[in-house]
Amino acid sequence: MSSETKQILTTDGIPLEVSLKKAEKKNKIKAFLLVAPLLFFLIITYVFPIGDMLFRSVDDKMVTQMLPKTFKAMENWDGQELPDEEVFAAFHEDFIKLVVDKREGKLSTQLNYTKNGFKSIIKKLRRASKKFEEGNYKEQIMAVHKRWADVEYWRAIQRRAPEFTGQKYLKGMDMYVNEEGKIVSVEEDRRIHRVLWLRTLEIAFFVTVFCFLMAYPIAHLLATLPMKYSNLLMICVLLPFWTSLLVRTASWMILLQQQGIVNDFFVGIGLVADDNRPEMMYNKTGSYVAMTQILLPFMVLPLYSVMKTISPSLMRAGKSLGGTPFVAFWKVYFPLTIPGIGAGCLLVFILAIGYYITPALVGGASGTLISNQIAFHMKSTLDWSFASAMGLMLLSGVLVIYWLYNKIVGIDNIKLG
Amino acid sequence: MASKKDFVKFDKVDKSYDGKVLVVKDLQLDIAEGEFITMLGPSGSGKTTCLMMLAGFETPTNGEIYLDGKAISSIPPHKRGIGMVFQNYALFPHMTVYENLAFPLRVRKIPKDEADKKIDKALSMVSLQGFAARMPGQLSGGQQQRVAVARSLVFDPQLVLMDEPLGALDKNLRESMQYEIKHIHESIGVTVVYVTHDQSEALTMSNRIAVFNDGKVQQLSSPDELYEKPVNSFVAEFIGENNTFGGEVSDISGGKCKVKLANAEILANPISVKGKGERTTVSLRPERALINPSTKMDNLHKGKIEEVIYHGDHTRVRINLLGNPEFILKVPNSSSNLDIKLGNEINIGWNSDDARALDPK
Repeated sequence: MSSETKQILTTDGIPLEVSLKKAEKKNKIKAFLLVAPLLFFLIITYVFPIGDMLFRSVDDKMVTQMLPKTFKAMENWDGQELPDEEVFAAFHEDFIKLVVDKREGKLSTQLNYTKNGFKSIIKKLRRASKKFEEGNYKEQIMAVHKRWADVEYWRAIQRRAPEFTGQKYLKGMDMYVNEEGKIVSVEEDRRIHRVLWLRTLEIAFFVTVFCFLMAYPIAHLLATLPMKYSNLLMICVLLPFWTSLLVRTASWMILLQQQGIVNDFFVGIGLVADDNRPEMMYNKTGSYVAMTQILLPFMVLPLYSVMKTISPSLMRAGKSLGGTPFVAFWKVYFPLTIPGIGAGCLLVFILAIGYYITPALVGGASGTLISNQIAFHMKSTLDWSFASAMGLMLLSGVLVIYWLYNKIVGIDNIKLG
Repeated sequence: MASKKDFVKFDKVDKSYDGKVLVVKDLQLDIAEGEFITMLGPSGSGKTTCLMMLAGFETPTNGEIYLDGKAISSIPPHKRGIGMVFQNYALFPHMTVYENLAFPLRVRKIPKDEADKKIDKALSMVSLQGFAARMPGQLSGGQQQRVAVARSLVFDPQLVLMDEPLGALDKNLRESMQYEIKHIHESIGVTVVYVTHDQSEALTMSNRIAVFNDGKVQQLSSPDELYEKPVNSFVAEFIGENNTFGGEVSDISGGKCKVKLANAEILANPISVKGKGERTTVSLRPERALINPSTKMDNLHKGKIEEVIYHGDHTRVRINLLGNPEFILKVPNSSSNLDIKLGNEINIGWNSDDARALDPK
C-alpha cells in the first residue's frame, strides 16, 4: 500500500498534507515575523561587520588600483635585475596621476608597510617629478635617490600587485614573505605577536583554572544552602556583575598599587618591608587577579545551575552504599557537574582570550593581551587590515577551541541554565 | 533464624531541627532481626526523620540508636553498612545499571568476578537480567525502582531502609511492587524498615507497623491488630474506615461500658476509658455493623438510608444513625435480598466488643 494509492483526505476532500501545510503556514509566518527584527539586527551588527573584517584583512586593492599601469608593465619583469624603462615609465605615469589627486601620501604609507624606507623616497620623488623631462624615466627616477636604483624596492612594489593578500596573517604570526617569496619568521628580537598570543593563551588558561577552583565551592554552597542564605550569597556573587567593569577594574588599581590597600596590609602584618613593596599591578599578576574576579560569576552561574539539579539524595545514596564522603563526591557528584564545568570553563576561557579593558588598565607591558594589540592597530597605527586579520585569527582560535570541546566533551553536554 | 529481638533499638530518642519543636519525642522502638517493620504516619509525623537518623544523615538530639547492640550515633553513614532505597530512587544517572550495582561492591574492594556474581544474583532477584548495560534514564519508573532495590541489597546488608520507595509509581505498578518487595524480604530474610504514608501499603507488606503521629509512636503492632484493635482514636481514624460516636461514659462494668450519646445509649468495649463521666469516642469498623442481623447483637438501632453508592464488589450505604449522619456500612453485593433503598428505615446491629470506646477526639 503506497502513499500514492492511499492518500489521506480531510473531510473537505483536500489531501491531509496540503491541509496541514496550510494550517501551519500562518504559524510559520508569525514565528518568522517575531524573530525578523533580531535577525535583521544580527545581520547588520554581526554578519556584516565580520564579513567586512574578513574582507579587509585580505584586501589589498588600494595599491593595485593606485599603480595599475606599473603592475601591468611588471607582468613581463622577472624580478632579477632592475626593471626596464617600460616599467619606470608606467610607474611615472601612475605616480603623476596620484600626485595630481594628492594621494601619493597614501601610497607611501602602504608601501612602507611592505618595506621601510618608502616614505622619504616617495616624498623626494614627488618634489623631483615636477622637473622631470619627457622620456628616459628610468634614469631620472634612479637619480632621485639611490633606493630607487635598488632592485629590492621594486620587488617590494611588485609584491603589492595582487588584489588579495595573506601577509597580514603572516605578520600576525611574526612571519613574512621574504625576497625569494618564501615564508620566514622575523628576527627573534622583533617577534612581538607570538609572545602575545602565547601570553593570551596562558593568561586565559590560568584565569579559567583560578575561576574554576574558586567557583566550584561557592556554587556548591549556593546550591545546597537553605534558601535565605543562598539568596544572600547569590547577591554577593552577582553584585560585581551589576557594577561597571571600569569601576571594578579601577578599584583593583586602588587595591593593588604599590601604595595601595593590599600592600599596606602586607606591610602592616609584616609580610613585606615598607621599602620593598611588591608590584602587583602593571604586570601579569594584575591581569590575573582582576580578570579572575571579573570573570568569576561566569563560572559560578553555570556550575550553580547544574548543581541545583543534582538531588542531594544522590550523595546520600553514595554514602549509604559505603562510599566515603570523598568517594561519593568524586564518583557521583563530580561527574554530574561536568556539563557545568564545561560550560563555565568554555565561557570564561573565551571571554578571557578576548579581554581588553582590564589588561589594558592593570596589565602594564607584561600583562597585555592580543586584544590590546588589536586595539593599538585600530586606534594608533590605523592599520585596520592588520587589526582585522588578528581579530579573525582570534575568532578562529575560539572556534578551534569550541570544536575541540565539542569533540572531547560534546556540546550537548553543555548546560548554561 | 535465631533472631535478636532488639536488632535495632531506638532508646529515648529526641530530635529537634530548630531547638524549638521536637519532631521526634522520646522514641522507644525495638526492631527484631529479619522483621519487616513499617513506619506509617501522615507527613510531618517524624517517620522519615527516624529513618534518616538510622541511616546516619541526621543525628539524634538526645538518646541513642543501637544497631546489633552497638551505639551508632558516632558512626558515619558509609560505615554503617545499611542499604537504603530512596524516595526518587537516587540511581546514579551517569552510570549504567551494572555500574550502579557495582558501586557498593567496588568501595568494599570486592573482587570483580565475585562482584559480578552478586550483581547477577541481585538483578535476577528483581527480574531485570539483561538490563545491566542500560542507563537509568532508559528504564521505566518501575524498573528504576527495582534497580534501586537491587542496589540496596547487592552488598548483603543486614538492614535495609526504604523511604517511600513506591511513592512515584502509579497504582497498579505500586501494588505489584509491594508484593515483589515482600517476597524479596521473605526469601532473603533481611531486616527492612519501611517508611510510607500509604496505609494499604503498610498493611500489605509489614510484620509490624509503627503508626507515627506528632513525633510519637501511637501504636506498634501487627497489621491485623492495628486494624481490629486500634488503641486510640488517631490510629482508628488513620487506618481504614471508621464510624465514630462521641459521648460520655455513663456506666462501666464487666468489660463493657455504656456510652450516653445525645439522644441514645450504646454499649461499647472500654479501651481507654476508666470510669464514669469520661468523654469518649466510640469507634466501629463499617464491616462490623450488619443490617437486620440474624444473630443476637447487643446493640440494635434504627437508621435512615441517606445515600447508596455502588462500588462493584460491595455497596456503601450512608446512614443517619443515632445523630451521626456519616455512618457508613459496607454491604457485600451478593446479599441482594436486603431492602436497601434510599429513605428506608432499617435496623442496624453490632456487638459491643467491636465498638471500641477510645480517647475523645
